[in-house]
Amino acid sequence: MTSPSPRRVIPLKAEPPSSLSSAERKAIEAACGRLKSLPGALLPILHAVQEELGFVPKDAVPLIARELNLSIAEVHGVVSFYHYFRQQRGGRHVVHLCRAEACQALGAVALEAHVKRSLGVDFHGTTADGAISLEPVYCLGNCALGPSLMIDEKLQGRVSAQRFDALMAQVRAQAAKP
Amino acid sequence: MSAVRIFVPIDAAARSVGADETAAAIAAEAQRRKIDIELVRNGSRGLLWLEPLVEVEIAGRRLAYGPVADHEVASLFDAGFASPHPKAHGPTEEIPYLKRQQRLTFARVGITDPKSLSDYLAHGGYRGLAAALALKPADIVASVTASGLRGRGGAAFPAGIKWQTVLKAPGAQKYIVCNADEGDSGTFSDRMLMEGDPFVLIEGMTIAALATGATRGYIYLRWEYPDAERALEAAIAAAYAAHYLGENIQGSGARFDLEVRMGAGAYICGEETSLLESLEGKRGQVRFKPPLPAIAGLFGMPTVINNVITFASVPIILERGGPYYQNFGSGRSRGTLPLQLAGNIKHGGLVELAFGLTLRELLYEYGGGSLSGRPIRAVQVGGPLGAYLPASQFDTPIDYEAFAEIKGMLGHGGIVVFDDSVDMAAQARYAMEFCAIESCGKCTPCRIGTTRGVEVIDRLVAGQDAPKQETVLRDLCETLTLGSLCALGGLTAFPVLSALNHFPEDFVKSKRAPASA
Repeated sequence: MTSPSPRRVIPLKAEPPSSLSSAERKAIEAACGRLKSLPGALLPILHAVQEELGFVPKDAVPLIARELNLSIAEVHGVVSFYHYFRQQRGGRHVVHLCRAEACQALGAVALEAHVKRSLGVDFHGTTADGAISLEPVYCLGNCALGPSLMIDEKLQGRVSAQRFDALMAQVRAQAAKP
Repeated sequence: MSAVRIFVPIDAAARSVGADETAAAIAAEAQRRKIDIELVRNGSRGLLWLEPLVEVEIAGRRLAYGPVADHEVASLFDAGFASPHPKAHGPTEEIPYLKRQQRLTFARVGITDPKSLSDYLAHGGYRGLAAALALKPADIVASVTASGLRGRGGAAFPAGIKWQTVLKAPGAQKYIVCNADEGDSGTFSDRMLMEGDPFVLIEGMTIAALATGATRGYIYLRWEYPDAERALEAAIAAAYAAHYLGENIQGSGARFDLEVRMGAGAYICGEETSLLESLEGKRGQVRFKPPLPAIAGLFGMPTVINNVITFASVPIILERGGPYYQNFGSGRSRGTLPLQLAGNIKHGGLVELAFGLTLRELLYEYGGGSLSGRPIRAVQVGGPLGAYLPASQFDTPIDYEAFAEIKGMLGHGGIVVFDDSVDMAAQARYAMEFCAIESCGKCTPCRIGTTRGVEVIDRLVAGQDAPKQETVLRDLCETLTLGSLCALGGLTAFPVLSALNHFPEDFVKSKRAPASA
């Protein structure tokens, strides 16, 4: 068996046009530099970018493509395939509301209506004050204690309409602190 | 006198109902009263309706209190943690829900500190690996084959045969991949195990590596499980530090490197070939089979890919021998299955039992009926692609073949309970909608058929030429079943047709209850 030939990097003629700030650009390049030698590096890089910036900016795609020697279409295909990767800037906090069957059995459909009304947004939307983005999720693994949702990385169970409002008040109070 | 040990679970489900606040209140109260305590954040015992479940170790016995909210902590201290207390349940091991279980895979979950390797070792951890290190690869595989263990992810393929194929397959690099993309609604056993006893998964994967000659492993974990990620990362670091991972494992000369990779919210990545694509950094699109992953899997190399519970069941098989595990179960379903009682159920949680008991026993003797107190009308077993079963089928034994006979599937062991307020036409519509959202788009029946399915159900329920719509729906389900590339499209007919066949009245406009606000 012959060893695989090293990948040839074809230099781009021109820098792709970019709306990225220099800090964003630096974060993306750092993530690529740190992770691109991993086998199957694209998902780890996209996770790192989203963790750092809160979303994967449109103009990150050509940059990552160049770093990994992939086509822009390949990277765009991956970013857009996975529900978790956001392509628009979101709110300061993200609420993932479970829509799956076990939560439905405990009133998730009514809770969903309340959540949308109370935040004044639909799924994938962000509240006017920029505090909260709302996303659907299909199971959080809390199926005996539903309805469930996740605020950033913290799971919440047995969420009633009242408890949801209290949780949102907490989140907003935290955000308002200096 | 040594410090009193108090246990408050760090499991995400327990935390979702206030375990962190309860733990903080206990620490503060102990300090205020100048009582020396050792606070252990254990896994969950799986009695989820009692979470946060606080346990106090007195004279070597653990006494259970639950659910304990933070404001109730002071009253526990006032009572000196002795019964009677309104939240006391006596010794944890004696609670019938737990006492009647047969915990093999979950033997340590809820008992040990998941961060502590020494705790794991003190509770029988790594004995399976020690046994495996003394065996030839073929003998490890033979032991797993003899146990009758079948893949616990849902497809129930015999694990020993898969391992044997990888052992025999030539390849410069072989891989062990753990499918921790537990996407089925109603399931949480993988999550509980990874958070409550991550070392047993690492041990099982290490044994698989020894059995097949693999030297690299990945745990593909869904992003929805950040607590499990933390637990796994901590356990992997501890295992490396103590030479249970890395080069020269326990002086054997064998090498195995393991890392966690995060998914990104795609249900389809629970399908094994789609998961492998995702691990390679691509869209999670299903591959054609053959070749099987055992022959050409990750990066084209021979790969063992199994579910969390499958790997986690291996250490006890190696420790006690295949026949010990094989002794549990019924028919061709051997060993135990961690079942998950979910949805509208009074006593939701994890119940690990040998195959063979009936769904009814599980729902009423363990589950205690519905949470709402209303009659149970339907139960969905096996995730979003599992059948909806009516009460007339509750006597079906928990067994892969018995479920296949009633056109259902056991899948990953999730059981979602609905009371009589459920609208089964809405559930059928949701099944189609879910499949449309999560379709990888590679094959036409699934990509387009499920969107058309939603529309047909809408017309059927609206009473627009209903008999014709029903014919179209059944025909569409047949196309999905026979023409889809993988189980996502292939099984969508299960929930849809079971709802239509068992609850036809919900699909008839004149018989439907007016939509409530």
